[in-house]
Amino acid sequence: MRIASTFTISFRALRRNAMRSTLTALGIIIGVGAVIAMVSIGNGAKAMVESQIASLGQNVLLIFSGSFNQGGARSGAFGAGTLTIDDAEAIKREVPGAVSVSPEVRANAQVLANGLNWSTQILGESETYLDIRQWPIADGAMFTDADVRGVGKVCVIGQTIVTQLFPDGDPIGQILRIRNQPFKVLGVLVAKGLSVQGQDQDDFVLVPYTSAMKRIAKQPMLRSINAQSASADSIERVQNDIIALLRQRHRTTEQTDDFTVRNQIEIAQARTAATDTMTLLLGAIAGVSLVVGGIGIMNIMLVSVTERTREIGIRLAVGAHGSEIQLQFLTEAVVLSAFGGSLGILLGVVASEILSSVNHWPTLVSSTAVVTAFVFSAAVGVVFGFYPARKASLLDPIDALRYE
Amino acid sequence: MAPVVKIEDVHKIYDSGEVQVHAVRGISLELYKGEFMALMGASGSGKSTLMNTLGCLDRPTRGTYLLDGIDISQLDRNELADLRNAKLGFVFQGFNLLARTTALENVELPMLYGTRKVSSREMAERALHCLDIVGLSDRADHFPSQLSGGQQQRVAIARALVNEPQVLLADEPTGNLDSKTSVEVMGVFQKLNNEGITIVMVTHELDIANYCKRNLIMRDGRVVSDIQVAQRSIAEVEMQRLREAETAAKLTG
Repeated sequence: MRIASTFTISFRALRRNAMRSTLTALGIIIGVGAVIAMVSIGNGAKAMVESQIASLGQNVLLIFSGSFNQGGARSGAFGAGTLTIDDAEAIKREVPGAVSVSPEVRANAQVLANGLNWSTQILGESETYLDIRQWPIADGAMFTDADVRGVGKVCVIGQTIVTQLFPDGDPIGQILRIRNQPFKVLGVLVAKGLSVQGQDQDDFVLVPYTSAMKRIAKQPMLRSINAQSASADSIERVQNDIIALLRQRHRTTEQTDDFTVRNQIEIAQARTAATDTMTLLLGAIAGVSLVVGGIGIMNIMLVSVTERTREIGIRLAVGAHGSEIQLQFLTEAVVLSAFGGSLGILLGVVASEILSSVNHWPTLVSSTAVVTAFVFSAAVGVVFGFYPARKASLLDPIDALRYE
Repeated sequence: MAPVVKIEDVHKIYDSGEVQVHAVRGISLELYKGEFMALMGASGSGKSTLMNTLGCLDRPTRGTYLLDGIDISQLDRNELADLRNAKLGFVFQGFNLLARTTALENVELPMLYGTRKVSSREMAERALHCLDIVGLSDRADHFPSQLSGGQQQRVAIARALVNEPQVLLADEPTGNLDSKTSVEVMGVFQKLNNEGITIVMVTHELDIANYCKRNLIMRDGRVVSDIQVAQRSIAEVEMQRLREAETAAKLTG
């Protein structure tokens, strides 16, 4: 078969009907464009959730009071204050896989410095907290184990606190008053910006948990305990060890647990599952338009075969084989859909760029989506071009020449 | 010298289920190189069927057909296509040029389906040469819609010539043309025939058949008359006569 000349023939035929070719390809252009744009939005959302989860730190386990499956008095997360410092100490002591443990206490307070005041969150943690969260210090230093043991009046502050209370700059060594007690600023954290929910992640003051409990919140219970396992592989074992230890200490069973332990992977899975579903849904809707585009191509190719019956007759008369006619029409269909696919990719990329810059939606054009969309659009050409091409190749030259 | 076309006792029966149509009932015919034959007959006489058989578009139900010594009854669909491409040239009543395709590309068409790979430069050269033979080399980049009927038919003739066929088959080539343009086109055929090309032409019109060397008349699927034309019309002479008549008409008018 003379493949090269068949391609020449196909291209000539498409060029002859440039307008119709473009309109035919439009279905695929929009279809592929929609797939790319939708999947980009989905992927962008997923990437954002993933980065947010990564910002929790690495191999983090979260132990909080309250349980989702507590019998009788039902209470969700952080409901009943059932975790104590002793629990945290026990975990540190008896679960060897838990390399860092940081008890957490939270309180809201008005803080003052430089004659300015600001309502913010007070976060009581141990000295290992920043290691767990993998949150670097921008300036100064973290408080130490000694500060924790000594219930020290020291703190590390987020960037928002710097902006609000220390507009003149260097806060290190200055005094911050929390509930009328002076706390010395030891360090400033690197800015993290807004969370997905639009929360300012830099608006808090970090103090030793002992100080938070005794000087600020004035309560004996922990809100939660942050723990870190040595590796991702051991995270589940550490989780089970902690659960077993706390059940023993609290004398509970699975049904009566008054605490919950979540690991980061679970949290990540739960959150990304939602965005995965969204991506799938958006992609499926866009995929429908791609199939409709394919049917459009088949439609036009069928019309084209009927309309060009005489042309096919002439070609057969001057020596074209049926297979060459078939290849010609198939090539036309594939070229149309592949051309449409390429333009569609361009359209999709541009559309997702516009969406992300105008609406501030995170979008991520994935190469997988681009390649899949292109291959799929070419496949659409093959599938939907096959029947019309087959029909053309089976024409009888005499009938085709006589066709009016 | 062996005949270019040799058919022996050819029958063609169309079987459409209930009725059998015996379109050609035993025709034998020899055609030698350089012949110029008109195939005539009323509608339903079987001339189109015979033409389709000669053109290898259809196989006879019975009988043998040797084209340039090749028995076509043994060939499959694709081999017939290759044979048509290499040995036959087709000219149709309705010109059958590809629309929105230049004259040059139309003429190149048979070369695209040749068994031998032809470079695009050689294709253009050969196509241009054939357009030159029919006097249209200056219209190579024109589309069919920009050409007159006579010019379109000449492009079609150039297309039929481009693979240097053994036989040129023309199916009522002047059927859609006025009398003056018909003479013009017959002039092209006569010129080609003078250069040695064998031509078979279907026509209804006696005066057109008169330009040929041999007239074959069919009726009811059989040959009723096969004669050499005695008083042959020469296109050049006719054109001259037409021009003079035109001038005279202008002078008197």
